[in-house]
Amino acid sequence: MSAAVETNDLGRNFGPRTALSGVTLSIRAGEMFALLGPNGSGKTTLFRILSTLLVPGAGTARVGGCDVVGEAMAVRHQIGVVFQSPALDPQLTVAENLRWAGNLYGLRGGELVVRARAAAEALGVSDRWADRVQSLSGGLQRRVEIAKCLLPRPRVLLLDEPSTGLDPAAREGLRATLERVRRDSEVTVVMTTHLLEEAERCDRVAILHRGRLVACETPAELRGRSGTDVAVVSGPEPEALAARVREIFGWPLLVRGERLRVEVPAGGEAAGRLVSALGAAADSVTVGRPTLEDVFLDLTGEPLCGEEER
Amino acid sequence: MSGKRGLFFLPTLALWQREMTRFVRQRSRIIGALATPLLFWLLIGSGLGESFRGAEVEGGFMRYFFPGTVVLILLFTAIFSTVSVIEDRRDGFLQGVLVAPVSRASIVSGKCLGGMTLAAAQAALFCLAAPWAGLPLDGAVVVRLLVVLLLGGFALTALGFVIAWPLESTQGFHVMMNLVLIPLWLLSGAFFPARAGTWTEWAAAVNPLAYITAGVRRAFYGDGADLGLVPTFGAAMTVTLIFAAIMFVLALRVVRRGGPESR
Repeated sequence: MSAAVETNDLGRNFGPRTALSGVTLSIRAGEMFALLGPNGSGKTTLFRILSTLLVPGAGTARVGGCDVVGEAMAVRHQIGVVFQSPALDPQLTVAENLRWAGNLYGLRGGELVVRARAAAEALGVSDRWADRVQSLSGGLQRRVEIAKCLLPRPRVLLLDEPSTGLDPAAREGLRATLERVRRDSEVTVVMTTHLLEEAERCDRVAILHRGRLVACETPAELRGRSGTDVAVVSGPEPEALAARVREIFGWPLLVRGERLRVEVPAGGEAAGRLVSALGAAADSVTVGRPTLEDVFLDLTGEPLCGEEER
Repeated sequence: MSGKRGLFFLPTLALWQREMTRFVRQRSRIIGALATPLLFWLLIGSGLGESFRGAEVEGGFMRYFFPGTVVLILLFTAIFSTVSVIEDRRDGFLQGVLVAPVSRASIVSGKCLGGMTLAAAQAALFCLAAPWAGLPLDGAVVVRLLVVLLLGGFALTALGFVIAWPLESTQGFHVMMNLVLIPLWLLSGAFFPARAGTWTEWAAAVNPLAYITAGVRRAFYGDGADLGLVPTFGAAMTVTLIFAAIMFVLALRVVRRGGPESR
């Protein structure tokens, strides 16, 4: 299969600040792809370049085989873009917004009405057809926005932090919607996210850190990257625990608050060895396969979480 | 694939239509753009009328001030219709338009034609009161009025677009309005006539708004009337046409350069 999105040594500076540097990646047609990273990692810069809103400073990017700079209009014909804040007119109704958006893509008349109805139906917003968008909840607005973006039948759907501002139920609904959309309309889905559970359910994940691409693999491959498991040990005196673990086992570890995160050999014996070595000094010991969070920490040396959206 | 070029006509129509719908749904805008100049005209016109005497203003100040009020309505409506550029950017709506395969000329045209329609319609509505100010309406007057209102409305909306596009907040816009546009209007001959040999003469000569005011004045009075320095209708419209063209090209250039967030 051909690449739906391809970047080659892509970079962009804002004044003296490097937002993106040397990013080379290829997204296959029909893939569900996540750009994962905290704020300032460059994922939004990459998103804006792919959606033709920002010109790269270095390197090239192609979407659907067309260059985002030289053939920007051809790229725009092929993409649907879902922004963090819905690009809907709150004063217009759902129907008016869909019709209006269709016009921008050259759709009109009977065909437009049929497509708009079908899109509203598919996204479960047809019962709000005649309501003004400002009267809809955030989750519903996001769905109207996606319906709007699917109207012109894009080959690539780009989403910027699609679950921002959604409650857990709406997030789950959005996820199901995206999976269905991808299956039904064979669209390539590319989303930026700083949420691991969102990235976890994509086909492949690109991890961005300080403007650089540090990994681009399936979630399973990422987790399998390290040959180690991760043990989390908690106790009243984490520093003392850390000293003991270092002394006895010499395993790499990190102290985070009340807890100790230890990289232990895979295989399952580590839990027992830790419990017998630490005894009553530890309140609990849990060992598991590394999560994407662990992988992120390994790759970047920094935790992903703890940062809120702007 | 449906071509590599941006679409023009349908998006332009859609953008124009949205301006209309939004305007109708925001009633305060209709009142604001019409009531403020009307109050100006009534209060300033009747208040200053007594103390304002000059050869150029026969028929009283209310009559003199009427074309200037028409231009103020045109200015307010046209300029404020472009505030939505800033609001659309803030709300994220504009991005949705920018990523659509829409030619950039269509984005400018839809906006300018929308602002033009609204401004000309509001000003025309006010012009229906002209007979009470001692300015009778006949066929020729109406035709001339439509020409100057449409052309002037387009030019002023394009000017507003050029100002609004690079701004991140509406505050900057109000500063521009108060510091630049209102003084331009005051010096346009709307309020008092430019006098030969004084600085008001060249101030009016280089002021694009003065030609729109002149156009409205000539539309009412005709080219035969002695209006001092006020140029003929044809001359005023030629300058306004050039002004509109320059503003349109500038608007196109600022759009192609990108908004404040792309730097």
